[in-house]
Amino acid sequence: MTPKRRRLSIVLIGLVMLGTAAALVLTAFEENLVFFFSPTDLAEKDVGADRRIRIGGMVEDGSWKKYEEGLRSEFIVTDFQNAVKVVYRGSLPDLFREGQGVVAEGKFSGGVFTASEVLAKHDENYMPREVADALKKSGRWKEGETAQ
Amino acid sequence: MIAEIGHYALVLAFFVAVAQVVVPMYGAAKRDVALMGFAAPAASAQFLCIAIAFGALMHAYITSDFSVANVAANSHSLKPLLYKISGVWGNHEGSMVFWVLILALFGFAVAAFGRQLPDTLKARVISIQGLIGLAFLGFILLTSNPFERLDPAPLDGRDLNPLLQDPGLAFHPPMLYIGYVGFSLAFSFAMAALIEGRVDPAWARWVRPWTLAAWTFLTAGITLGSWWAYYELGWGGWWFWDPVENASFMPWLAGTALLHSAIVVEKRDALKAWTILLAIITFSLSLMGTFLVRSGILTSVHAFAVDPERGLFILGILIVAVGGSLTLFAIRAPALKAGGLFAPVSREGGLVLNNLFLSVATATVFIGTLYPLFLDAMTGDKVSVGAPFFNATFVPVMIPLLVLLAIGPLLPWKRGNLRVAIEKLWVSALFTIVVAGGILVLVEGAPLAPVLGFGFAAWVAGGVVTELAERIRLFRIPLGDSLRRLVSLPGAAYGMSLAHIGMAVFICGATGETNWTRELVATAKAGDTLTIGQYELVLEKVERSQGPNYFRDMATLNVTKDGVPFATLQPERRLYPVQQMPTTEAAIRSGIEGDLYVAIGEGSTEGGYIVRVWVKPLVPWIWAGAMLMVLGGLFSLSDRRLRIGAPKRSKRRAAAPAAEAGD
Repeated sequence: MTPKRRRLSIVLIGLVMLGTAAALVLTAFEENLVFFFSPTDLAEKDVGADRRIRIGGMVEDGSWKKYEEGLRSEFIVTDFQNAVKVVYRGSLPDLFREGQGVVAEGKFSGGVFTASEVLAKHDENYMPREVADALKKSGRWKEGETAQ
Repeated sequence: MIAEIGHYALVLAFFVAVAQVVVPMYGAAKRDVALMGFAAPAASAQFLCIAIAFGALMHAYITSDFSVANVAANSHSLKPLLYKISGVWGNHEGSMVFWVLILALFGFAVAAFGRQLPDTLKARVISIQGLIGLAFLGFILLTSNPFERLDPAPLDGRDLNPLLQDPGLAFHPPMLYIGYVGFSLAFSFAMAALIEGRVDPAWARWVRPWTLAAWTFLTAGITLGSWWAYYELGWGGWWFWDPVENASFMPWLAGTALLHSAIVVEKRDALKAWTILLAIITFSLSLMGTFLVRSGILTSVHAFAVDPERGLFILGILIVAVGGSLTLFAIRAPALKAGGLFAPVSREGGLVLNNLFLSVATATVFIGTLYPLFLDAMTGDKVSVGAPFFNATFVPVMIPLLVLLAIGPLLPWKRGNLRVAIEKLWVSALFTIVVAGGILVLVEGAPLAPVLGFGFAAWVAGGVVTELAERIRLFRIPLGDSLRRLVSLPGAAYGMSLAHIGMAVFICGATGETNWTRELVATAKAGDTLTIGQYELVLEKVERSQGPNYFRDMATLNVTKDGVPFATLQPERRLYPVQQMPTTEAAIRSGIEGDLYVAIGEGSTEGGYIVRVWVKPLVPWIWAGAMLMVLGGLFSLSDRRLRIGAPKRSKRRAAAPAAEAGD
């Protein structure tokens, strides 16, 4: 096999593999892309009940209720224009607090968001960027208030 | 005063870097020995200056000099000494100083150990290394000065993020950075080779040990990070496909490919242009990782807006480095002479496939990591790409690589016979079937994933053992002779076997953890009993006490396994008052069969505490597999050192400049 043909065959194999990978990526995107919604988005747009989504905003002060000895939680996530009730079964991250930003993943149906995961933060000052943007959109974000 | 000396040393290092870039490069172009000779002392001076700056910063941390803004923001007088030291690289400014320190260290290493390198190549490598340093020193001086003073100085500091106050994470960044930055040397060698217009086996013999060293550190660094996340975050996860993790994983994948393709350049003088390209890609991914993590674009767009300079500056460096190197590659690579020929079925062919699979795998991780940023920039839609995406793309690409991993090392160089290689693997195939079948039969309702996972692990392990047996001609010559052969195998052979076995062990751990983890969350008061699988946990008490810079609630649980006393576990929940931040300190009982992982959450003596218990089979195999890979890297490195002194090589070295003078 001449070097030229060898190189050509390597390039061809590479292209086939890239093509396969591209197909895998596209199918995976179709099924696994998780879109982010603010409470206002939830109020305005129609989200399928069995689509996994993420929501985020601030945990409303005084809204956190615990049931079954702390194993089940309910709280309200707000962007100060709209709010959505979240129910979650499991233990909340260490840094979950009222009046702070939060991101939850799960499904939205019947006006209630059932979270399967409430995202942990590594830093108390950290504001999830989706939340920051959502709050900016609703005009309630004060620039520089929560520095990263 | 000492902080000012540090600042001054950094400025000095910047100007030394300017000279280090210009003088040797000009000297190499003009073949001026004196000017080229400037490279080595410049690299040493550069390293010295940055070491002084780094020492000054560390001094400020150890003595808790809160008049330095960086120290005040990230340290506290009560913090244990280890974390005062690790605090130096636990923040943005300090970590960038550490970054250039490692960069200068690698430049210095070329100056010190590269006596046998051809003059022009050495001068050019050091010059390029200086150029990278120049860019980052400029970045530090203009946007991230670690020596900025505070007036008046606060009485005490704001403390380091408590999650980072942990031995695992104290050493994670240095390891990771040595790995990241170590690839800079492969990049510099690639650039120098392109400027020279030639790549030969001697070049690869230089690049490979440095790449291998960087890869070994990066592997250790990623493992430490993963281990930290596992025990410190209190969720029992060890890999989240988080963008920051991916940022370190991509250079690892590309670096692994580079490691393998450099072998082909060294042994067979082929795949030169590809290897150069991989060196460029690997370091570019390291730079991108630095950009993604340091710019804050991943964690918060807001941080980007607060200080757009930083992100834009690194983005600028990234664009110039990637664009410049790829342009140079496009111009000069076609001129590289093609080397040794090989048939598609051969060791070279196997390594080419290895490279293709690893590159495609890198590409899938790249897309999954950057697509959300891309989509946000284009449409404003916010999406997240999580583990399911990577399981559906990365894993299928890796599976054929595992099949290949057993076959490739059995193929001879130049031309091989696939049937002969596969026939050698019949024992291995039998072993695979027994393991996969055993899992299918023994484990109730075993789904496909663990059967496949352990099957592939068995196949890889069988392949490694077969290859070793072939090498020592087991059962074909007397056993004593075989053992003698085994003992005298070169370090690189051990290195390869260890790293590949590490892969098999890792797959077992990852498969076991992912498929067989069991979880229990409950609220318990003193005296309550929790049952999970064979384990019974009795919550004895929860006590409040005080640590050096935190308060803690420590629970004591007595564990019995099948009724027999098994362990006493003491998970903690800590509160660091300075940052008002709680952390979870899980208690983990490790064994070869897996971990019992216990964490406690909020609660009170009356209402009980939330207790989370996981039974995680085979988790220690994950770390053991990674450590075997690291060990393999070290064995392979030891081999290099032995061979560097071999007379055959120095002869070839001595001949190289002469040949060059002739052309």
